[in-house]
Parts: sequence; C-alpha cells; structure tokens
Amino acid sequence: MADEEDDIILSELDDEELVLQMHDDLYDGLKEEITEAVNILLERGWQPYDILTKALVEGMRIVGIDFRDGILFVPEVLLAANSMKAGMAILKPLLAETGAPRLGKMVIGTVKGDIHDIGKNLVSMMMEGAGFEVLDLGINNPVENYIEALESEEPDILGMSALLTTTMPYMKVVIDTMVEKGMRDDYVVLVGGAPLNEEFGKAIGADAYCRDAAVAVETAKEFMARRHNQMATA
Amino acid sequence: MTNALTRLLETRDWLLADGATGTNLFNMGLMSGDAPELWNADEPAKIRALYDGAVNAGSDLFLTNSFGGNASRLKLHDAQNRVLELNRISAEIAREAADASGRDIVVAGSVGPTGDIMEPVGTLSHARAVEMFEEAGRGLLDGGADVLWVETISAEEEMRAAAEAFANLDAPWCGTMSFDTAGRTMMGVTSTRLAEFMATLPKPPLAFGANCGTGASDLLRTMLGMADAAGEGANLIAKGNAGIPKYVDGHIHYDGTPELMADYAVLARDCGAKIIGGCCGTMPDHLRHMRAALEDTPRGPRPTLETIVEKLGDFSSASDGTGEDANAAPRRERRRRRA
Repeated sequence: MADEEDDIILSELDDEELVLQMHDDLYDGLKEEITEAVNILLERGWQPYDILTKALVEGMRIVGIDFRDGILFVPEVLLAANSMKAGMAILKPLLAETGAPRLGKMVIGTVKGDIHDIGKNLVSMMMEGAGFEVLDLGINNPVENYIEALESEEPDILGMSALLTTTMPYMKVVIDTMVEKGMRDDYVVLVGGAPLNEEFGKAIGADAYCRDAAVAVETAKEFMARRHNQMATA
Repeated sequence: MTNALTRLLETRDWLLADGATGTNLFNMGLMSGDAPELWNADEPAKIRALYDGAVNAGSDLFLTNSFGGNASRLKLHDAQNRVLELNRISAEIAREAADASGRDIVVAGSVGPTGDIMEPVGTLSHARAVEMFEEAGRGLLDGGADVLWVETISAEEEMRAAAEAFANLDAPWCGTMSFDTAGRTMMGVTSTRLAEFMATLPKPPLAFGANCGTGASDLLRTMLGMADAAGEGANLIAKGNAGIPKYVDGHIHYDGTPELMADYAVLARDCGAKIIGGCCGTMPDHLRHMRAALEDTPRGPRPTLETIVEKLGDFSSASDGTGEDANAAPRRERRRRRA
C-alpha cells in the first residue's frame, strides 16, 4: 500500500500531526522515523520531557493496549520498543540535564535456570517507556544477584520472570530470602511469565502477578501511586 | 521409510502419548533452576523411573528428557558441550524402557526451543538455529529415538529451522507449538496458520499439533481450528496441561484431576486429535485414566465450544484469532500508511 501520495515528509507536519504520526510510527516499529521525529521536535524547541510523555510514552501506551488485547504480539511489540529505545537514547542525557521527574526504579531479572528474556525485555522496555528507571540483571539469576542489586540500587520494585515450570518455583526462593533478611516489605515484588497466574503470585508472596508487559506497567504505576499517598499521609 | 510411529499411526485409531517431565522430576527431587538434562548422566535411575511411569500407565509414545538439550539452553549450566552426550543418554535410557515393555512403544526425542528470538526481530540466525537443532537431534537419534519431536515452539521461523535440521538428518519428526497468548502462540501464530505452513514444508512432519499453553479447554479450541485447516488425513497431536499451576506446600501442583484429563482425552479425539497426551502436571495416574477413557468411550461428534467449556472449564480468552475472528480483529484506525 505504498502509494506515492502516502509518502510523508515528517518535517512538513505541524507539531500535532507529527506527534500523531510518531504514535503510528512507533506502532509500526519504524526506528529511523522515530529518531528523525524526536530530533525535529527538539529543534522546534520542545522540552525533552514533553517529547517523552506526549510522543513516546503515549505511543507505547497504545501499543501496550493492543498487546494486552491480543491484537499485537511479541514481534511487533519488540520492534516498537526498539524504536522507542532509539528515541530514548537521544532524550536520556537531556532528561538527566533538565531534572525531569522520575516515576520509580525497578530491578528486573529472569530467575536461575531460565534463559528466557523475551518477556522480561518487553517489561524492561515498556517500563522505561513509561518513565521508570530500570536495571536489568539479565537471565539465570541466583538469589544472591537479586539481593545484591536490591541492596546497592535501592529500587522501588523487584521484577522476576520465569518461562519454565521448572524454574518458576525459584521465585519463591528469592522472596523467602528477602523475608529472612527482613527486607521483603521494602519493595514491591512483581512476577510474570507464561506458566504463572495470579494465584501462583499470591501463593509465593509476590505483590502482584502481571500477565504481560502492559499490565506490568499499569501495576507498577498503581503501586507507586499508593506508595506516594502513604508517604504523604504518614 | 517406515518407522515405529508410522506403523502405529497406520494401525491404530488413536495413540496415548505421555505426560509431564518437569512435574515428575520435581517430585523425584529436582531443584528449581537446575537442568533436568543433567540427570540423564547423573541420575539415570530416576530418568528410567520417569519413563517407566509413562510406559506402565499405558503410553504408546513418550518423550525423552531432553527438552532443554540444546547448546543455547545448556549454556546456562555450562554444559553447552554436552548436547550430544546428554541427548544420546536420554534416548538410550528411553530405548531400554520402551524395549523392556513388550509393547510397541515409540521413543520420541524431545527438542525444545532455543529460548532465543530469531532474526530479524531477535539475534538468532536461521543457520545457527538449524545447527543447534541438528546437534540436538543427532544426539537423540544416536541414542535410539524413533522420531524427533520438537515442542513448545512459539515462532514460525524456529519451527522452520527445526524442520530443516531434521530434514538434514533425514529423520522422521513431529512438531507442536504452544498456544498460550489469546489462543495464539506468544509470537502470534494461530492454530490454522500452523496447519497451513506445516503442510508446505519440504519434509512435512508425521504429525503436528499443540502442547502446553494455558489449559485443557484452550488446547481443545486450538485443536478444532487446526483440524479445520488441516483437513482429512492429518495426524494431529494434543498435549495439554493438567489444569493450571498452583503453589501448594512448597511445590507446584496442577489442579486438573485425572477425571478431568480423561474427559479431555476423549474430547481431544472427538476434536480430531490422533496422538493424545498431557503436558505440565500430567502424572501417570492421569495417563491411566486417559487411557481407560479412550478405550471405553466410543467416538463422539465433534464437540462444540460450549461442550468443551461445560466439561473442562472456561477459555482464557474470548477468541483465538481464527475463523471469522481472523479478519475481524479490531485494527487500530490509522492515519496514513507509510511507504
């Protein structure tokens, strides 16, 4: 469907059109176009934080909804997230300079014995896309890795992923260790992975099971909002 | 070329496959996070007991303990150089168990996914995937596997890579995908799509179908879609989980009873499946009930979705992306399509 008249010159679009176009381009996973559009908005004097929230985060929110609803699947979301990342690479140093607000921080990793990082990477990228700071521990993490990262990074949230029935019980090992060390309640623990479900999350003592990356972002936001409220009233 | 599976498929109306590997090994003391494949060398008696569990429960076919036996997965345990050895032993023990049974039992060499995402979305090249699958398959054939059996695949590219590897080995093979995301695989493949592309492979599988996924109900809906797309004569495989996982007293327990799995097995046959087994949570007791039900229950009409829900419980999603839903998916209204 590549008609001549469909060719769009990004720099010729007005701000509103361009932001909407960016939502479409994120949806289509068009990395170069996202990079170009971020630069155009910067040249037009946009604040990095506004580009992040209005163009990128909003675009990924739409991707997240269609992923949640079974319209988009992992390959499309990965391409979208990669495009988002390309835009973020430009904005990140600028955001740090301008002291833009931070939603929260997450440490995330796939548990010991498990190589799968598709779901975890999606969560990582969508969380970053939503404005969280994320430290990704990668795959095959023994409990020591998690504890060490929690102690040194002091995140708000711990995310654990497992894609195998042979590795999912290991999440409980991590949570039990946190309890033993008296640090469980200092963190929101979110778990996810294909063989898990809500009941399993509850049974092992996690705060929530997240069905997919979009749900993970929503859940993380909810917990952060609750935390802030608690702090305000305390 | 005839082999044990072809012969059974020709002479039998249905075949009972096996159940869970991981769930059974946990019960024998496997620790979460450890590689089950290392037990082929370190705990051969337990692996034999795993196989005997399926054999004695009446399985006509069982899978070897080699699901994670590929270079990418074994690398986690620094055992990436032991693919051939561990897979060979898994098949050797299986061969002994099958031959000792006195029945015609098929040893199916289990080949699981690499765990990597393939190009262009991910980093794993087609050539490297084929190489890894070939190595995994070679070890299994060396140990005496009758067929290679690739399972729990979510990407079409990965299934194609496995198919090419098995063709290179000139090995008969079967393949199943895991439909766990709104009725599709994680990568978006529908049941009908699987049936379509499997039929067009240069060396098609002897049988194909679905394993694992979400629950018995979902798996049967998948079967219905696949049977429609595959048409008469295709050998379909149904290997569903025994319910959903629950955490009880420090271990994982699946909530599907043997009675439920017996209903599932009969319905799976009515849906058009020829090779019927379980996946996670399916223990020998489940298999015994499934076998008895398949033997004692006459074939019924193709079940409706309502019948499936009534007997096995609700689906996890409203649609599975096939049939009328295939084109009716609410696509986002676009501004302009880019060149």
